[in-house]
Amino acid sequence: MSTSPLIEIRDLRIRFHGDDGRITHAVDGVDLSVANGATLGLVGESGCGKSVTSLAIMGLLPKQSAEISGAIRFDGFDLLKTPDQTLRDLRGIRLAMIFQEPMTSLNPSFTIGDQIIEAILRHRGGSQRSARERAIELLRRVHIPSPERRIDEYPHKLSGGMRQRVMIAMALACDPRLLIADEPTTALDVTLQAQILELMRELKAASGAAIILITHDLGVVAEVCDEVAVMYAGEIVERAPVDELFSAPQHPYTVGLLGSIPRLDHRAEQLATIEGMVPNMAQPPAGCRFAARCPFVLDACTKTSPPLLEVGPGHLSRCIRAPLELLVS
Amino acid sequence: MALLEVEGLVKHFVAERSLFGRALAHVKAVDGVSFSLDTGKTLALVGESGCGKSTVSRLVLRLIEPDAGAVRFDGRDLLSLDANGLRSFRREAQIIFQDPYASLNPRMTVGQILTEPLALHDLVPAPRRSERVSELLRLVGLEPRLARRYPHEFSGGQRQRIAIARALAVEPKLIICDEPVSALDVSIRSQILNLLSELQDRLGLAYIFVSHDLAVVKHIADYVAVMNLGQIVETAEADTLFAAPRHPYSRALLSAIPVPKPRAKSSRIVLQGEIPSAINPPPGCRFHTRCPYVVDRCRSEMPWLVADGIGHATACHRTPELPSSEAIVPMDGGFSPVLEKLVAAFSGGPEAARGGGVRSLGAAPTTP
Repeated sequence: MSTSPLIEIRDLRIRFHGDDGRITHAVDGVDLSVANGATLGLVGESGCGKSVTSLAIMGLLPKQSAEISGAIRFDGFDLLKTPDQTLRDLRGIRLAMIFQEPMTSLNPSFTIGDQIIEAILRHRGGSQRSARERAIELLRRVHIPSPERRIDEYPHKLSGGMRQRVMIAMALACDPRLLIADEPTTALDVTLQAQILELMRELKAASGAAIILITHDLGVVAEVCDEVAVMYAGEIVERAPVDELFSAPQHPYTVGLLGSIPRLDHRAEQLATIEGMVPNMAQPPAGCRFAARCPFVLDACTKTSPPLLEVGPGHLSRCIRAPLELLVS
Repeated sequence: MALLEVEGLVKHFVAERSLFGRALAHVKAVDGVSFSLDTGKTLALVGESGCGKSTVSRLVLRLIEPDAGAVRFDGRDLLSLDANGLRSFRREAQIIFQDPYASLNPRMTVGQILTEPLALHDLVPAPRRSERVSELLRLVGLEPRLARRYPHEFSGGQRQRIAIARALAVEPKLIICDEPVSALDVSIRSQILNLLSELQDRLGLAYIFVSHDLAVVKHIADYVAVMNLGQIVETAEADTLFAAPRHPYSRALLSAIPVPKPRAKSSRIVLQGEIPSAINPPPGCRFHTRCPYVVDRCRSEMPWLVADGIGHATACHRTPELPSSEAIVPMDGGFSPVLEKLVAAFSGGPEAARGGGVRSLGAAPTTP
């Protein structure tokens, strides 16, 4: 993309020091950037490092156990070197995050109005009354029916889909430039998922904010993202514009993921499976981390770690066998 | 004759009691559900959270007692069985749950977990039980030496395999799968789905498959029943339903499936409003508060499930007058030819990749 990126992550490495002295390499040399107004999908399975990456952006990792290196440039700041106080101001005003489980992110003993108003007063100031009006306006924007009444309700009175809307309203309270959504629809039924995705699209069009959408659901990615980064065992293994990724993936792991989704158009007797297990991240294997599970593996794959190389316009792959078309032609 | 016949099943839970214990409000979790299931087939129950699909699956096993209705299994009336009869029925019908972490006792080895049902029902004489355990583990794709390990030593997918092995131990005819793959990662999910279909083919099992993931349902089910607020609103063969859903609720549900294809053609129906409470379901058709096709009659008169000639049944007053629904379910359009070959090569293993030869995806699994 031609515009300069809103956020740029360079060589991000995150290590966790366990109580037993073991070190887990959760994220290992991640480079990412997101342009203004773009939506990046961050895809991968449990433990691949996608959520940890987003928590690092937000500055929410525990300082005692997480060792972070690299750079996260956002809006003229390096977030990894920004003092806590400044970071607190950035969060909320320019950076916001929504999580998978809205019930655990809302305080059950305050009304949703109290919680949204608190965010507005904290970051924008103004009078209680104007903050309340803005909160009602936000609830209306996320399509909560009769917001004047709902604003005084407690979280437990709301359904799951409604709570997720409140979370989105709160995240939008100060018009953030970047919204990180960590599995925002995973806990919801398809009908509600459709509503929330629709809402996210609408809000993006209205505000021009960039979104990082973390998910394991490739269907959701296809629907809302412009660009996709696939993570495996702490590394980005493939990065591509969304159309490219779904039509001509260039990493075997992505091929396996796409093959393992049941499809609506035709019924395969057997779905593709990825044999074996994710490597132990306390001792990541030498060479390609996917080698042990890869059907296209060569001897060279297990020797040195492959670099993330451009295989097409804006299309990067961490596989020495790319372009993969050559394997089947 | 059908293996399982369910008729007019009703279960209301008490939601609120007065000071003196009198019931003040009921959750109408299941309200008049009927269906039947043949040996070796899969029926999927789908619907949003709280529609009653899990309650139906537990009523069928008599894990909870229904308030009204009849359940016949292999010709026997389940609701009149005494304790002994119920015990022998449990040998023929088993259940696996969503969370494989919670459904295995952490203090027992896998061997003990699998031996327990054998001993309980006295299926295999004691000296031959460890042999049977090995057989069961092989059946679900685990190595027999793993019998000595404890559940925490396994990954989520492996634990679900152990739960399946335990269900298979008693040689059931019916297994209820309650969201069996929802907690698993995509790549592991496909392994378990493949395993379930393989076992069905080999052992002639019938499944009731409860799931909110509709792509998975399309893949695995022969028949689908769509539930809304305790009632079945539509039931049909899976292919028929996915080709052209009739009930407005099924249309909305199926149109909302996110497909792994950017810019997929879709005519998504986004439902407005909230799911009404099952404590006070709306009068008339229970979907009328969210239905885009609602007319006055729907607000007062409850529609019955009416079947056409091929057994496609719909509970909607307006079935004949609704617009065609053929383009409602989003199409993923299949893979590009290159990706199709790559996926085949991926599944075919190293030889296929190296030789450039492509093995069919439908190739039968090798049976040990």
